[in-house]
Amino acid sequence: MATLAQPSVARPRAASARRQRLINGLLVNGSLALLCVLWLIPTIGLLVSSFRPRDDILASGWWTVLPHRTYVTVDQIDLGRGTPLDQPIQLPQLGATVTDEQLRAGYVLPDGRKLVWDNRRQRLIGVQERQLVVGSNFTLANYREVLGSAGMGQAFITTLVVAIPSTVIPILIAAFAAHSFAWMRYPGRRLLFAMVVALLVVPLQVALIPILRAYTALNINGTYLAMWLAHTGFGLPLATYLLYNYISQLPRDIMESAYIDGASNFTIFTRLILPLSVPALASFAIFQFLWVWNDYLVALIFLGGNPYARVLTMRLADLAGSRGQDWHLLTAGAFISMIVPLIVFFSLQRYFVRGLLAGSVKG
Amino acid sequence: MQRTTEVESRSRTPAAGAPSLGRFLTALLGLIATLAVLWLGFVFLRSGSAPQLVVALVALAWGVGGVALLFTTANMLVESLGITWQRRIQPYVFVGPAALLLAAFLTIPALLTFYQSLFGARSNEFVGLANYAAVFTDRLMRQAFRNNLLWLLIGTSACVVLGLLIAVLADRSKFETIAKSIIFMPMAISFVGAGIIFKFIYAYAPPGEPQIGLLNAIVTALGGEPVAWLTSNQPWNNLWLILVVIWMYTGFGMVVFSAALKGVPDDILEAARVDGATEIQIFFQIIIPYIMGTIITVATTVAIFTLKIFDVVMVMTGGQYGTEVVATQFYRQFFSSRNFGYGAAIAIVLFIAVLPVMFYNLRQLRKQEGF
Repeated sequence: MATLAQPSVARPRAASARRQRLINGLLVNGSLALLCVLWLIPTIGLLVSSFRPRDDILASGWWTVLPHRTYVTVDQIDLGRGTPLDQPIQLPQLGATVTDEQLRAGYVLPDGRKLVWDNRRQRLIGVQERQLVVGSNFTLANYREVLGSAGMGQAFITTLVVAIPSTVIPILIAAFAAHSFAWMRYPGRRLLFAMVVALLVVPLQVALIPILRAYTALNINGTYLAMWLAHTGFGLPLATYLLYNYISQLPRDIMESAYIDGASNFTIFTRLILPLSVPALASFAIFQFLWVWNDYLVALIFLGGNPYARVLTMRLADLAGSRGQDWHLLTAGAFISMIVPLIVFFSLQRYFVRGLLAGSVKG
Repeated sequence: MQRTTEVESRSRTPAAGAPSLGRFLTALLGLIATLAVLWLGFVFLRSGSAPQLVVALVALAWGVGGVALLFTTANMLVESLGITWQRRIQPYVFVGPAALLLAAFLTIPALLTFYQSLFGARSNEFVGLANYAAVFTDRLMRQAFRNNLLWLLIGTSACVVLGLLIAVLADRSKFETIAKSIIFMPMAISFVGAGIIFKFIYAYAPPGEPQIGLLNAIVTALGGEPVAWLTSNQPWNNLWLILVVIWMYTGFGMVVFSAALKGVPDDILEAARVDGATEIQIFFQIIIPYIMGTIITVATTVAIFTLKIFDVVMVMTGGQYGTEVVATQFYRQFFSSRNFGYGAAIAIVLFIAVLPVMFYNLRQLRKQEGF
């Protein structure tokens, strides 16, 4: 009995399991796709808008560039100037009677066409039909304006000059320090490393005021140097911590054999440790570069007084503050400020992720 | 090849160990020359009269090359001192610049800020803890604390929950890589840029006019009245600002969780399935406890970010309409109102808020070997 019954039970169970798996797969992929679309919409909206002419941006949403059904004027009826508007208007050619009020709101005929004033003073009525429309009015003028007169082009170079040394200098200094923490024994080592770890989470707001004072006293406020030093100081705890984690995991015997061969600490560091640490160096470099490129607060405070050195984020915030309704400039400007980070992100994503994974406690 | 390098480095050994006046002088000269070049470059950069591109190129060479040169010459100087002194001093050549910079840019300024917070607006009269008393009673500051609390609770929990959800979904999907890239992408965008992107989404036009903001377009298409998202309905307009950071930081949580999920051993999951546990039971009773450490890490990281949030609020509302947060108050008090002692006190309050995380980090460090 039991042996006979088993197949008849097992077969529907297998089928239902397969159906269950299919439903699960659809649910998983469907909700994931939905989330991805939600996540992408803001950026796509920005990108599309940045290529639309100023008047178009203000007249319709960016999504109207997608194919959509809307009323398009296909015909015009001239009532003749002086037609009185205080009484119903006869339209024999359409077999309809409409009032001024209905035309102002838009009057839909039984066949789906819509009547609306094209020009009320000249008594022109537009006849509109629903049609599938694709907006294709794109321009580069926004970018030209934002790069030229709005100063984004110059800010782009300024940002590069701020960002590159602010990335390389802390890496170099942190790599030396990390090497000493990992492979050298000296008094004060524990204390210094505890300082690095403690500083990982310190909010940089507590440091800004005294640094600004010191910069003013040294007369370097508003210079590139001021920015590099500040970003170096603020980036160092994380850089040292990440690089220490990596360098201290390197195999000890490589260094020992080099040391026995007479290589000095400096040689070991430059010839062995640095080349071996490239993955860690790269992942921190991306992290720090993006951080500096996207920074606003530090730039606002240390470069705020210098009208010639303004980074992209400052320019963009200025635009948003003073010309908040100029969407054609804001969208193009925002996209310019995003280009480099996005290129870095998509080309070096793997390293970036590795850097994040190792240092998920950045302050 | 290997043989020659070995012989070469062996023959160098005695020279590297023995002190030599000639080498010492050369190295000293090199260090002085480096410092001189750096000083000249600094003066050139400060004058700032050359065309921007020239300044940029000189600045790059000076900034990047200068540091490398400093390390090299300082090390040459130490290595010329003989093996005993070299052993003693060399670690400090390595760690020195980092220690000096950390002290100069974080430790000492933090102490100075604390000292200043005990003084009045012009930093000349000692007022004790009066600034702190004012910080906690001021109306705008209370608003800022309330808003920061909103940021902390809603921003952090949303990033953790959404990040975990997406990580789990992506783990079971065939489109894992592309989905993760899309969710993670906003991490690369600046807060200022993201602020503008969302300002556009929340854009408001009076009823009857075409809505160019996506959110109001949806509302009006459904028959509602357009809403001025960022200015009306305080304090809930803060949620629209928090949404920006959720958009940006969910990707961070997702990446870290995704890595942690892959670390959950398959045999435990398999055993639970054989025992008849449902996927939901497995998730809550096995996976969540297993990755608890990661959840705490992500939550503290996002929490610290939300405590310091500045750029998004500054760009989108400027702190008006009841959206003030602690960091914008700090900026306004210090840089706009020139209220120095008060501004410093706000910064210290921010610092006190992250102290627990700092102690947690230090305790973790003590558990590690070697330290």
